[in-house]
Amino acid sequence: MAGVQPGVWLAGALVLAFLLLFLVLPVGRVFYTAFVEADGTPTLGHFSAFFSQSLMEEAFFNSLTVAVMSAVFAALIAVPLAYFTVRFDFRGAILIQTLGVLPLIMPPFVGAVAMQLIFGRSGSLNLLLNDWFGFTLPIMEGLRGVIFVEAIHYFPFILMNLTVALRNIDGAMEEAAMSLGCRGWRLFWRVIFPLGLPGFVAGASLVFVKVFDDLGTPLVLGQTNLLAPQAYLRITQVGLEDPMGYVTSVIMIVFSIVAMALSAHVLRGKDYATTQKGGGSIQRRVLSTGGSIMAYAWIFIVLAIVLSPHLGVLLLSFAKVWSFSPLPDAYTLAHYATVFQDSSGMIRNTLLYCGLAAGIDVILGVTIAYLILRTRLPARQWLDWMATASLAVPGIVLAIGYLRLYKGVTLPGTDVLLTSTWVMIMLAYAVRRLPYALRSCIAALQQVHVSLEEAAESLGATKMRTIRRVVVPLMAGGILAGFVTSFITAAVELSATILLTSAESQAPMSYGIYLYMQSVAGRGPGAALGVLAIGVVAIGTYFSHVVVERTHSRFQPAAKGSEA
Amino acid sequence: MKKVSVQCRHVRLSFGPTRVLEDVNLDIEPGEFFALLGPSGSGKSTLLRLIAGFNRQQSGDVLIDGVDVSAKAPWERNVGMVFQSYALWPHLTVWDNVAFGLVERKVDKATIRQRVGAVLELVGLLAFAQRRPNQLSGGQQQRVALARTIVIEPQVLLLDEPLSNLDKTLRVQMRQELLATQRRLGLTTIFVTHDQEEAMTTADRMAVLDKGVVQQVGAPAALYDDPVNAFVAGFVGTMNLLPARVRAREAARITLDVEGVGELAFPLAGGAPEGERLLVSFRPHSLRVDLADAARDARYVWMPGTVEVSEFLGEFTRYRVRVGSHSLAVDQAHYAGLRKFAVGAAVSLGLEPSQVRLLAA
Repeated sequence: MAGVQPGVWLAGALVLAFLLLFLVLPVGRVFYTAFVEADGTPTLGHFSAFFSQSLMEEAFFNSLTVAVMSAVFAALIAVPLAYFTVRFDFRGAILIQTLGVLPLIMPPFVGAVAMQLIFGRSGSLNLLLNDWFGFTLPIMEGLRGVIFVEAIHYFPFILMNLTVALRNIDGAMEEAAMSLGCRGWRLFWRVIFPLGLPGFVAGASLVFVKVFDDLGTPLVLGQTNLLAPQAYLRITQVGLEDPMGYVTSVIMIVFSIVAMALSAHVLRGKDYATTQKGGGSIQRRVLSTGGSIMAYAWIFIVLAIVLSPHLGVLLLSFAKVWSFSPLPDAYTLAHYATVFQDSSGMIRNTLLYCGLAAGIDVILGVTIAYLILRTRLPARQWLDWMATASLAVPGIVLAIGYLRLYKGVTLPGTDVLLTSTWVMIMLAYAVRRLPYALRSCIAALQQVHVSLEEAAESLGATKMRTIRRVVVPLMAGGILAGFVTSFITAAVELSATILLTSAESQAPMSYGIYLYMQSVAGRGPGAALGVLAIGVVAIGTYFSHVVVERTHSRFQPAAKGSEA
Repeated sequence: MKKVSVQCRHVRLSFGPTRVLEDVNLDIEPGEFFALLGPSGSGKSTLLRLIAGFNRQQSGDVLIDGVDVSAKAPWERNVGMVFQSYALWPHLTVWDNVAFGLVERKVDKATIRQRVGAVLELVGLLAFAQRRPNQLSGGQQQRVALARTIVIEPQVLLLDEPLSNLDKTLRVQMRQELLATQRRLGLTTIFVTHDQEEAMTTADRMAVLDKGVVQQVGAPAALYDDPVNAFVAGFVGTMNLLPARVRAREAARITLDVEGVGELAFPLAGGAPEGERLLVSFRPHSLRVDLADAARDARYVWMPGTVEVSEFLGEFTRYRVRVGSHSLAVDQAHYAGLRKFAVGAAVSLGLEPSQVRLLAA
């Protein structure tokens, strides 16, 4: 095609090769295996076999129930909080903002053990309830425990999306309804809620997909009769040849895609960001005393529940003995000593894998962003779609794909199996976190006006030198934010890790936490390692927040001016 | 339909320390098309929202049809408001947007169908009933917003800068449509605008607001011809203002010393405000402009000047003429063959005394 330089073709080809080798082909291989007999003839037999096994059928419906109910409970927590923030003028809004971040800095499987110690059958809460009132709450029993842990971990997705959507409603939308005779609950249901719905759907579908794909939480809680744990158990216990693992994988991917497509369909043409000139946000009201008390009560209940896993993990990491008592009986620093003695390799591995993966992500992210926004490379949009599609691929499925596709492949010139090296773990991280870095890079490049590049070129800089001296420096904030996001989310990745880690020497922290948590004796060190992981994620989150804020303020004056 | 009046009695409103409305008194007649005109920040939108019930005054009363509605919520007032942004709900079709208020009033389905159909017919959008608001043009959205408001047959129609989001040609057309609809329904209508042309072309009467105070109320021509103060004079149309000191007041004549121009004498037909200092005001087109050495008509008061700027606008040419230490706007009606004055030319400006208004300084 005219006007596309060889360098652009080369960059596009390299990105495409990466995506094909480490995303499309492995996942394609999983699909292929699910639909053929051992000799290669096409069949649907594996699927009928799947649904004729009551265990599998049960796992399927359990997964569906858990994902839907988690979204429902997450909504119950998030919707009132979002409404409070937008509608009322009160100080609690800052607390709610904090609430929106706290759960995300801890992977749910880390908190799960602590949740059991606090809310479980013989956890702190039930021990106290039994002592004082003579009854217990079976919150953590069976699937209910998974739903509880997932809901309090993922509700911020709904909270954040819904808050933004509600904030963007033009106040006149509400006033128009009021002057036509609408108020109170009817006003909420007929006007406010429908206008906020796109934000709600976006958040809720994200919760559904995340929960449906989660492997770590059910495993830690001992609930194996769900799809992700079944896929994991099939592959690790029955073997790489068992078709059930692949059928399960295909079902998981299909459901992720269907959920995302449904939400995209619902959202299509519904950009309800309606604030326009002459209009402010919806009316802020002052809460009555009674209303304030209720709002604060709700916020503090949620805060207490949200903070309990953090607190639990912290207590556990210092606890000498903690069983059948509301609080640990004695405290020690020994677990941290153990962790630093035994697991410094794991910490180093996490830093190495996640650093490399995040590095790959920003390189790919900048390249794809540039190809999409600045070149006329044919089918360039496909690179974006492919990279983003990895959101719909559960970690366990990607790992199964790697194991299957690269089975028996050795490193050139050696006998070392490719699948037994840490490179596979690192690549899985890179592929799974690529969408985050990509969004960041695209947003950053969109803020760099083309004329800035044209100015450099008219002063004699070549394309490559313009990119190096103008584009990349201007994108630096976005690139850094993308790097940090990829890094911290990869640091707590478990589902691909668990399957791809073939020796303890290559295990990263997330695997270590999981391993420790398997035994009662290991819980202390596991929690200590968890605290370190939370620390890493918290610092990273704060850092990326600062970077994003600073970049925003740097670009703001240039973007303004049209404001009257 | 019964036509109703709207009255404001000593209405005051502050947002925190900011005084937005100060002792506003208005009497809007039944069936009147009334404009609130003022610059941004003058309190005109606040006053409109107060009549709608979205703002609450600290003191004073708002009466609709003689009844004090001050304590009533927006949904209890039966006042229809068209918003500047139209505020059409994007999740509802045009039909459902228009039917919204009737549903709230628990009108039966058959009547809703009949009334929504009729009002969409009236605004010419029946064919678009099943579309979403974002599939309509700006003018169509404006009509939907109007239809949604008038279908509930409000007692009063409030329009908040309804034409400001439209382009110029459409604005003129919509202005005429709006007026025609209002006349047909005989609905008391209050219209907020910062555009004096819009106010003058449509309103029966208008109120000019500045800094939360009603400066003057009257028919557009009355405000244009007899502004009560310098603000109204400058805001409604273009006005030349010359500061002057009173030399002598006689029964039918006043002699003024205009700074930098000299002594001018005017007949005291319309009277003059008290005080030592006054403003001599006159419109640009009430000046005659002639060559400095031309014969002078004795009915005019003549001032010598120099042309500084000349702008040809088609219907007329606007000159800026330096007179002493002042720069005056002078409009000369244009016709083919008229000789224009060059920049730098020495001219004489003739001021017709009957067109001069003396304002308090």
